[in-house]
Amino acid sequence: MLVRPKPGILDPQGQAVEGSLRHLGFDVAEARVGRVVDLELATDDPGQARAELERMCDQLLTNPLIESYVIALEEPETA
Amino acid sequence: MTDGVPRPLVPVVVFPGSNDDRDAATALQRLGADAPRVWHTEDELPAGTAAVVLPGGFSYGDYLRCGAIARFSPIMAAVGRFAAEGGLVLGICNGFQILTEAGLLPGALRPNASLRFVCRDVPLVVERTDLPFTTRCEPGRELTIPVKHGDGCWFADAELLAGLEAAGQVVFRYRPGTNPNGAVGDVAGVCNADGNVLGLMPHPEHAVDDLLGSTDGAQILGSLVDSARLSLAAAV
Repeated sequence: MLVRPKPGILDPQGQAVEGSLRHLGFDVAEARVGRVVDLELATDDPGQARAELERMCDQLLTNPLIESYVIALEEPETA
Repeated sequence: MTDGVPRPLVPVVVFPGSNDDRDAATALQRLGADAPRVWHTEDELPAGTAAVVLPGGFSYGDYLRCGAIARFSPIMAAVGRFAAEGGLVLGICNGFQILTEAGLLPGALRPNASLRFVCRDVPLVVERTDLPFTTRCEPGRELTIPVKHGDGCWFADAELLAGLEAAGQVVFRYRPGTNPNGAVGDVAGVCNADGNVLGLMPHPEHAVDDLLGSTDGAQILGSLVDSARLSLAAAV
């Protein structure tokens, strides 16, 4: 799950990172900092997994007023 | 303290990581309330609760987002029911964050624009003196109360802010030019539509004695105790 500050929301952490990258000589127009939440689910049904993840995001993992999210599903690596 | 005047029951909720619960309870006691501290795993508020305070601190280590995990504590369901029945709820700093995360107050609290923890006295403009939390405040008189937070940047989008301004839900504002955290509209505290739930980032419980440099916080907490006493009288 990728959680990021919505466009237009002041992101001071992103600004600090942006300034630091510029200081290092990188040509950065803008930096925004979000967070990644890795979850391992019991289900192997992608539809059910997605529905459950959306509920998790709505209830706890994001604050819809200030954050948006993207869900990416991956098959577990088999040993 | 004062003979014959009933002491309303104003519990202070303690979450793992709360650290201003003792100051809040002490201030409320001095202002005439009975202020037991109530652990967050309780399913109910104490019988006879006349108002409840969610104190400052760093519940659950501020993990994920400030207040995001504490809002699911068992006691918060009881606080939600109490608020829905018109009960008085005051959230201070982390308590304010918890109330916004719980959807009991509008907006959200984000990291300070400076990315620095701020700890200093701020001058507060009181926009409403007719609320149960501000009856002791005088119109036009600023309060001096300290803030101490890393995530006090209150945010609402333009539409939400305009609606709150029009509805009179912006209760406290940092005096223009003194905004310590980048909050939109210089907002320091907001209430719900019914005016019985209030949250603010400054700490009134740290401004109740001359030794602390200001007694202005007693105007807010004293108003709450007065109102809690009135609700007690009305219920009898």
